[in-house]
Amino acid sequence: MTPGMYRGGLLVLSVLLLRFSHAHAQTAADAHYDPAAMAAAREALKESHGNQINGLFIAERLEYQVTDQENALIWEAQGWLGSDLHKLWVKSEGEYESEGRVEEAELQVLYSRAVSPFWDLQAGVRYDMEPSPERTHLVLGVQGLAPYWFEMDTALFLSDEGDVSARLEAEYEMFLTQRLILQPRLELNLAGSDDRELGLGRGFFDSVAELRLRYEFRREIAPYIGISWGGDFNRTADLIEQSGEDPQGFAIVAGLRVWF
Amino acid sequence: MAAAGLNGALPAWARSGLAADISGLRAQGDQVFDLTVDKSPCTVDGREGAGVLVNGQLPAPLLRWREGDTVTLRVHNRLAVDTSIHWHGILLPFQMDGVPGVTFPGIAPGETFTYEFPLRQAGTYWYHSHSGLQEQSGHYGPIVIEAQDSDPDAVEREFVIVLSDWTFENPHRVFSKLKKMSDNYNFQQRTVGEFFREGRKKGFRQAIDDRLMWGSMRMNAADIADVTASTYTYLVNGHGPGDNWTGLFEPGERIRLRFINASAMSIFNVRIPDLPMTVVHADGLAVAPVEVDEFQIGVAETFDVIVEPKERPYTLMAESNDRFGYARATLSPREGLVAEVPKLRERPTLTMKDMAMDHSSHGSPGVRSDTGGEHSAPSESDHAVMNHAAMGHEEMDHQSMIHAGMGHDGMKHGGMNHAAMGQSSMNHSSMSHGEAESSPAHHDMHDHSAPSQTVHPKPQTHNHPKGPGVVGLAMNPVNRLHERPLGLEDAAHRVLVYTDLKARSKNPDVRHPDRELELHLTSNMERYMWSFDGLKFSEVDEPITLYKDERVRLTLVNDTMMPHPIHLHGMYFEVVTDESEFKPRKHTIVVKPGEKMSVDITADAIGDWAFHCHLLYHMHAGMMRVVSVVDQQRPA
Repeated sequence: MTPGMYRGGLLVLSVLLLRFSHAHAQTAADAHYDPAAMAAAREALKESHGNQINGLFIAERLEYQVTDQENALIWEAQGWLGSDLHKLWVKSEGEYESEGRVEEAELQVLYSRAVSPFWDLQAGVRYDMEPSPERTHLVLGVQGLAPYWFEMDTALFLSDEGDVSARLEAEYEMFLTQRLILQPRLELNLAGSDDRELGLGRGFFDSVAELRLRYEFRREIAPYIGISWGGDFNRTADLIEQSGEDPQGFAIVAGLRVWF
Repeated sequence: MAAAGLNGALPAWARSGLAADISGLRAQGDQVFDLTVDKSPCTVDGREGAGVLVNGQLPAPLLRWREGDTVTLRVHNRLAVDTSIHWHGILLPFQMDGVPGVTFPGIAPGETFTYEFPLRQAGTYWYHSHSGLQEQSGHYGPIVIEAQDSDPDAVEREFVIVLSDWTFENPHRVFSKLKKMSDNYNFQQRTVGEFFREGRKKGFRQAIDDRLMWGSMRMNAADIADVTASTYTYLVNGHGPGDNWTGLFEPGERIRLRFINASAMSIFNVRIPDLPMTVVHADGLAVAPVEVDEFQIGVAETFDVIVEPKERPYTLMAESNDRFGYARATLSPREGLVAEVPKLRERPTLTMKDMAMDHSSHGSPGVRSDTGGEHSAPSESDHAVMNHAAMGHEEMDHQSMIHAGMGHDGMKHGGMNHAAMGQSSMNHSSMSHGEAESSPAHHDMHDHSAPSQTVHPKPQTHNHPKGPGVVGLAMNPVNRLHERPLGLEDAAHRVLVYTDLKARSKNPDVRHPDRELELHLTSNMERYMWSFDGLKFSEVDEPITLYKDERVRLTLVNDTMMPHPIHLHGMYFEVVTDESEFKPRKHTIVVKPGEKMSVDITADAIGDWAFHCHLLYHMHAGMMRVVSVVDQQRPA
């Protein structure tokens, strides 16, 4: 090997090394410290600067409802665990009649993907333990914040009986004071077909317009009072009227909103 | 006094009244200092807590050094987790800079790491942990480096004033709460009552339009600070407002106050009613003296001011920029005297300018319009050639675009080809074109108070990833270095602005920059995501590469609605307040919301350096990069 070839080889090698070091950037400290320790520290640094896993549990409604027909305990809670973009999202709601019977109980387990600054696309399953017979649904939903600060949660459901239904929830918050907050809420449930076994008819069912006034002793803990009007409409209402009950009605509610 | 009981747990320099001693931590041998990091108890405003403290003290010991010396610091870690110390603002070999994962591996539990570096500068600096969120827990302290030459700012007395924010909550809990509900610490929301007060004052039409405008963008005009006095107690030298740190002086003395903002998240507006302050140093370096009555100090900035108090007590008032809390101290000729503590001023609200949508003042300061603000602009700068297509409209989320603030009235629209704007594909449904008619405040095209330029700059482009982490793109960001900070616009006294700062002597490198880099400050407050150019640090593999000794102009565009104290390790920014050779050199610069400003950098420090927003939870969320200065010439 001539000295020329040797120098040429060194040049090629150093160019390659430069390329290599460029591809593995942010490694200047490897010249001063154990590269393995630096690699571990770099990894830890990345994880702790934007890649954290966080979580939320919020019971938006843990409340007692008083109506002229019957009283009930209502719960609606959701929680998520995950990164900024990918989350496991769990939702549950239900109703416990004061006679000691769980009237409705539903659990959703969803994968939630942030698809835009204010919206998450959600997909998963919903399992209705009550009323019987039990139903399992596929869920495709969109949850997020609409312009003008409307908190939205909408979903399409396809049941194991092949019935399609949809749900839209919208909430708004008004600060009366820094801790006293008025929250209008609308929930619409829409069935695409009859489910005779459940006594469910096509059209709007279980839809409510509500107003709650809460006081945030801490942001995390807020008791509230409110009113709720709604019930079943269209064919579901007809089915209920046949059994001699009022399909719609008023309720006075009192409860607690907590998150942690 | 509460302070008397407190003094035992405080370093000598931070003690109140007669107990104060600013001679600094005693060296073990020749400029060798021992610093031990441990979880230690501390007391804030009478309440017991625990911090991650250096030598058991909140704040950490004062390190008083001499320019030209080489210092050795043995840092012992008694924590159960890694720790580190970063020497903020100190020019040193990068492997001594103290950022785990960038410049060294960090200091493991039970280990001792020895830092050693020569001191090439004088002035007021500070040090803090760069590990986890330890900085929030009290891991910070002051550094004073005495000049080798005689000090032209010699005074009879000096105090170190370390401002900071303390919480009894676990900092990781604070961060997690911000991710859950980003506005949970805000107890100054716009209420229904405020709406009616505003309506009666300015007219309901305007109050409604204003609410609709902010609502349409899902932005909160009352979002001034992420973390507030609802959890923070603001400290002066480790003393809460109730503890009332007191500095004693003899009447007639000139006193130098070395201000350091060692907060995790809090920007302060500082004033001493009835006592003018002459700013003589900024971020450690001498500036031409400028007398003010109030200045804002961003997180990590330092300012030295000189005051000459008379024989009476004074209140040193450091109001958080959202005005929900304050740090307070007293300067007094005798112990036990206090002056009146001023009331907190009204919480400011953000404006169109903060979202970079106000066309009222284009361009850079110093270029004054001589056409009386009339936008009879030269043709090449007219809107006739404003290429809206190049604004990347097709990629923009128009739900967050409002044309009201563009102040169309009075502007030449003649040649503006709307058809070419590709608006056919735009979602007009949520765009409030109509608002221009109804909000006179936004019509103020000709803001004579601020220097303006008739020439419209090129429309701002956004060549960076968008996606869920990026809300709002600055359409018309402007240079705001000459502007007062938010909430101080109308203060009836002298307020420091960045253009007031001039280096006292000519800068060492006055070459014109060879090239310009542009970096955007991006965020989604709702998801509490913070990033540069739409990417969190965790999503980036490549550093920002600079080549040895090159001069680079770094232009920062703030697409967010919040001021960000941006900090580069290892090298100074020359803040482009003008094109003179006396630009102020800073290690940290607060970039205002909706601002586009530049700093010049001489890439003379080989190695990898952290570059980040110094709001701790923004950095933690990913608003960070590595700047890598490589020992190579820039490829042609």
